[in-house]
Amino acid sequence: MLPIVVNVVLGMLGLALVLTCIRLLRGPSMADRVVALDLISTLAVGMICVYAISTDQDVYLRDAIVLAVIAFLGTTAFANYLGKGGQP
Amino acid sequence: MITTVVTSALMLFGASFMFLAALGVLRLPDIYIRMHAATKSGTLGVSGMILASAVHFGELGVTTRAVLIVVFLYLTAPVAAHFIGRAAYQTGAPMWDRSVVDELRGRYNAKGALDSAPETSGVSSGSEGGDSSS
Repeated sequence: MLPIVVNVVLGMLGLALVLTCIRLLRGPSMADRVVALDLISTLAVGMICVYAISTDQDVYLRDAIVLAVIAFLGTTAFANYLGKGGQP
Repeated sequence: MITTVVTSALMLFGASFMFLAALGVLRLPDIYIRMHAATKSGTLGVSGMILASAVHFGELGVTTRAVLIVVFLYLTAPVAAHFIGRAAYQTGAPMWDRSVVDELRGRYNAKGALDSAPETSGVSSGSEGGDSSS
């Protein structure tokens, strides 16, 4: 039962990734792209968790921690740079 | 057996919420509405995934790590969303043409800092025509 569910969930997450990439490519403003990148990193954390379940290796959860931290830092830095309009 | 069922249910819950988040990011009309889908629904979905892995492994270390990730996501997702929203407003991202109220109108000066403007400046109670912030 679990392999079927893992395949279904990975398919849903892949479709969500495709939809988010469409928004990333055609987002009218820069902030739209930042929102799409934030959602892509969240989707990547979810995929890492599914992969850890499907391979029975719990070490992948540490990658999820690191990716969550780096995604928050990246989003914050990008928003800070965007809000100041490039001025220091 | 029961562990498998609970894990599958949590994974499907999380995946459906994350799919809804992606669909909302693609389909909703402007950026301030899109951020609702991306931050709230996405965070709920990924917390479902992480709790599914915690149930599947069922060890103390893994559960502690999973709870750590969930708490971290719940603390940082609103902060990141607030930063993105403020940056979008400062750069003048257009609002939906059917938006009703823009309480920050005229309260940012040219350098992007928040003025101490008079209290009544912002609210422009909209009729049907709406207005987009420039």
